Amino acid sequence: MNGLISLFRRLEGPQTKGRGLLFWSVFMVALIGAIAYPMFSDGYTVGNTAYFFVWVFIALSLCLIWGYGGALSFGQTAFFGIAGYSYGILTLNFGAAYGFTLVAVLAAVAIAAVVALLLGYFMFFGRIEGVFLGIVTLAVTLMLERFMAQTAGPDWRIGAARLNGFNGMSGMPPITIPWFDGPIVLFADVGLYYLILALVVVVYLGLRILVNSSFGNVIVAIRENPERAEMLGYDIRKYQLINFVIGAGLAGLSGVLYTAWGQYITPSSMGMTSAALPLIWVAVGGRSDLTSTLVGTLVVLAGFQALTIYGSQYALVVMGLLLVLTVLIAPNGLVLGAMNVIGRLVARAKGGRN
Amino acid sequence: MALLQLRGLNKHFGGLHVTNQVNLSFETGEIHCLIGPNGAGKSTLFRLILGEYAPGSGEIFFAGEDITTLKSFARIARGLSVKFQVPGVFKGLSVRQNLEIALQRTRHGAELDREIDRLLAFLGLEAEQKQTAGNLSHGQKQWLEIGMATSLRPRMLLLDEPTAGMSPEETFQTGEMVKRLNAEGMTVLAIEHDMAFVRQVAQRVTVLHLGQVFAQGSIDDIVADERVAAIYLGQAHHHA
Repeated sequence: MNGLISLFRRLEGPQTKGRGLLFWSVFMVALIGAIAYPMFSDGYTVGNTAYFFVWVFIALSLCLIWGYGGALSFGQTAFFGIAGYSYGILTLNFGAAYGFTLVAVLAAVAIAAVVALLLGYFMFFGRIEGVFLGIVTLAVTLMLERFMAQTAGPDWRIGAARLNGFNGMSGMPPITIPWFDGPIVLFADVGLYYLILALVVVVYLGLRILVNSSFGNVIVAIRENPERAEMLGYDIRKYQLINFVIGAGLAGLSGVLYTAWGQYITPSSMGMTSAALPLIWVAVGGRSDLTSTLVGTLVVLAGFQALTIYGSQYALVVMGLLLVLTVLIAPNGLVLGAMNVIGRLVARAKGGRN
Repeated sequence: MALLQLRGLNKHFGGLHVTNQVNLSFETGEIHCLIGPNGAGKSTLFRLILGEYAPGSGEIFFAGEDITTLKSFARIARGLSVKFQVPGVFKGLSVRQNLEIALQRTRHGAELDREIDRLLAFLGLEAEQKQTAGNLSHGQKQWLEIGMATSLRPRMLLLDEPTAGMSPEETFQTGEMVKRLNAEGMTVLAIEHDMAFVRQVAQRVTVLHLGQVFAQGSIDDIVADERVAAIYLGQAHHHA
């Protein structure tokens, strides 16, 4: 019981913005709004919104590795793709009966994590740092994209699953939950929306606890001064590796949900553009804070989609401009900057009252 | 008994012999100062002791154990600790969090909080505990890092120019603090240029010159040694 209380106390701490009654009230209102929202909308639109939430996990993974850990990774899209394809291969071979899709979700995330463990071992125990981490991880992503792109031939198959090159892999079943009176199939609709929303909440709160724990302390210490962290007796390579693996698992979760959502995945999900976009969401939101990243990602994604739908062919260019503006105006992120201003105003209002 | 022993330690950078056949022994419980002109190899010697550099040849023994191939963090776990030349605090984090990170490996819960409060009081940084460490004055940063390094309760503390950038008053206070830590049983090895500080704390002094042990003795022996005065004035270069 005491352990549980001390765990929940970590929801607030020096590594996360937002604390106290006001913050959690806003959080609850937003959550209730998100829960009630499907009642005021149609299934198609709700499914579309679920698609935005799919990307939250990869954004949070980058926030964890880059914003908190200080290691710029372009590799999140690689783990996204690995898990997405793994889900496809597993479910195309073994089907959706007996709740196997849930097993496939976990297995696919685990596969991404294992790949991250191997890659991360060589990077961190080889003491690769700074910009070189970015280069190595980007190379891995682009290599995977190139590899998958040339798998169009019929001989590229794993069991019943054709890899299909640039045409992409399709036809895998959506996530299916076994139930007493017949399985519940989560198409890109209200059902899947609720599943993803629940995952967003659990992951967001879980990460808040993680970064405010003693583990999180060491992670930000490594970002600030790796030499000093090591000279306090921490094997920083281990901490970096564990952080990287957690991040890969989250990116993988995005990949699985993306594949299950559209029943489709292509090599371009690991391409240069796909690798760059999460960086933009996270940088624009505020990479060193989970809440800023979460809010920033959803806002930028909604804006991006509006631009694409309403005829602008230049949505990507706008994204690039947004990144440049962020770097120039609010290097720590626009949402984080705004939250800092609100925090100061609230503090001043409280100060005035006392 | 020797706590730290360097045996035939060598380190080259290309053709530059920065540590040349160094044999040194540091006794348990002493305050030992390492002096020498710029480029004498003092900081390199620290990096060798801490495992940031691997020696070309030679051995390092700590408390009777060969630690020559151990990683840095493992050496810290065995009872070494260091304060760097450039203040190595976590600039973006609060003063309190800096100390928490230093202490959380060995202390938890309420005990951790108490120990942080005790250290804040000891360092005179209670009022600044919520400040970002990057906003502290230079002297305060030095003190904070000394606090972090000593909070590990090391058997041997390495100080690389602990009083750099401090006023004479702050330097004196730092010296008193070092003596207090030593009285509690901590062995101290300090690189220092400030001779007032050396005179205040050092029980033994070693002079390094061109990567070699040049002289050793009490501060009075060293000050009286004309050869030492000569290298500081740059008149001994024909030795090399």
